[in-house]
Amino acid sequence: MTDPQPATGTPSAPENARPAQPARRPDGGGSPARRIAGRLTGVSETWTLLALIILIAFFTVKAPGKFLTLTDFSLMGQGAAPLLVIAVGETFVILTAGIDLSVGSLLVLTGVVADLYCIHHGGAGASWAVIAVGCLIGLATGLGWGAVQGFLVAKAKVPPLIVTLAGFIAAGEGVAYLITGGADFRTVPNRLVNTIGLGSVAGVPWLIAISFAVAIVAGLVLALTGFGRYTYAIGSNAEAARRAGIRVDRHLIKIYALSGLLAGLAGILSLASFDSTTIAGHAFDNLEAITAVVLGGASLFGGRGSMIGTVIGLAISTVLLEGLVIIGVNQYWQEVAIGGVLVAAVYLDQFRRRLRQRA
Amino acid sequence: MTLPALEARGVTKHYGHVLALDGADFSAFPGEVVALIGDNGAGKSTLVKTLAGAIRPDRGEILVDGAAVQLASPLDARRHGIEAVYQDLALAPDLDAAANLHLGREIYLVPFLRVLDRRAMRQRAIEAFAELGVELPDVGLPVGTLSGGQRQSVAVARAVVYASRIIFMDEPTAALGVVQRGRVLDTIRRVRDRGVSVVLVSHNMPEVLAVADRVEVLRMGRRVATYTASQASVEDLVGAMTGALELSNGGGGAP
Repeated sequence: MTDPQPATGTPSAPENARPAQPARRPDGGGSPARRIAGRLTGVSETWTLLALIILIAFFTVKAPGKFLTLTDFSLMGQGAAPLLVIAVGETFVILTAGIDLSVGSLLVLTGVVADLYCIHHGGAGASWAVIAVGCLIGLATGLGWGAVQGFLVAKAKVPPLIVTLAGFIAAGEGVAYLITGGADFRTVPNRLVNTIGLGSVAGVPWLIAISFAVAIVAGLVLALTGFGRYTYAIGSNAEAARRAGIRVDRHLIKIYALSGLLAGLAGILSLASFDSTTIAGHAFDNLEAITAVVLGGASLFGGRGSMIGTVIGLAISTVLLEGLVIIGVNQYWQEVAIGGVLVAAVYLDQFRRRLRQRA
Repeated sequence: MTLPALEARGVTKHYGHVLALDGADFSAFPGEVVALIGDNGAGKSTLVKTLAGAIRPDRGEILVDGAAVQLASPLDARRHGIEAVYQDLALAPDLDAAANLHLGREIYLVPFLRVLDRRAMRQRAIEAFAELGVELPDVGLPVGTLSGGQRQSVAVARAVVYASRIIFMDEPTAALGVVQRGRVLDTIRRVRDRGVSVVLVSHNMPEVLAVADRVEVLRMGRRVATYTASQASVEDLVGAMTGALELSNGGGGAP
């Protein structure tokens, strides 16, 4: 091996050379309309929205009179409500360059815990007060579980993939089965099911109202507040955030706690919606949430993404699944489709990153 | 004689078995440009990080205006008006220039809800860049899309805006072209003229002699020499850096 560099050469030179690359934007102006067009095409949400529209158009043509109906969209929205709430939390986590695989299990666990309390305090006829306490217990479980995961990620420096995978198994396959003995609780307070699960508020199903309210509030927090900005900053360059005086560890704990809390809320929505704890039904919620977030333009490497993107991303996967059902594709192909979409979304992210780095 | 704006006395720092600083001294007086030079591994970066609050020394004293202080974090250092521009710039590439300028020091419209005042921050960023003569296509562009020189400018501007006492600049010109290099050196002089001290870490000896008022030389974790820049030559500096002036076996490490 020959070393062309003299021994006295500065070892830091190669790193220094990197930012010295010439400017990447040779355009230097253009008409305002072109700049707006450039901005718009540069925003990944535009492309995601376009994909959603194409998908809807495709299924509408394929199944005329069946797909593009108001009831169908309402059902899709209700079906996806717990997933949307989960995906909102997952968005925050992924923006920090983390991942939360525990969400589906945590959804199950919080539903189980909340229902356990209600069963012991009135069962199907439980009062609103009991339901409220049960829900609070569920939410607290999600929050606490998420905070512990956040602590392990931020302070113990265990990679989030491992922490939340362990959390996924422990919550879903462990604690939830210990409590239920492996059989779903089918006694859910009627008031909860009839209101949150089946009822509407001002003509909008509760499930849709709650999940969208969560998405909107979280989207505003992400876009407009210091909390959101720190989330982006940490995902973009954690060391820079640290040196800027941001308490990165504390923020990460909050983010994972938030994801846990939202998984808890999703658990209550799911409980109300299915009238059961559905302990075996959420193994892939985590992947579906991650798919939605990444489809929405977020980078798994952190720092890039938006709540509106996540909502569109989730709409894409929901429409895709529903559409496949309506045009009569074998159910097992749908699982394949979801897997394919996830890989495609991550590939797109990689592709975008490479483009940015090379440009 | 005036007190140093910032002074280090006998600062020691170990990384495992490696002794990065071995009782290093350093001083910067108000309104001067001090060059901190030394061969690779002499402890320059460690000393800068110590004085900027990024790492805590094992032993030694840090004094601000003659009074001993604890710099437990970059925030502590900031409170004393100490800012640093590191070699890696420490910018968040996905955030725009205005956001990076205010990172950790956001201006809030509704402090209770931590709602950001984007317009105020944008305005302040535009003013700050204009004052420094930095030309950015748009302060709203992610910093990652800017050129190396522009990114450098953002990092320097961030330090300059907030520093009231001293700015550390670790190799601020290493990555830059000729024109941008000149601009950074101009900025250094302009900052000094405002009464803020600038500590310049550099490998470029002619540049050091051109811009610095004083030069402090580190070798193997200690200060081995100080020079008045106007009375020193490149040979003096290199000699002190490599130890050729003190010891006959200099090791031939001249850059």
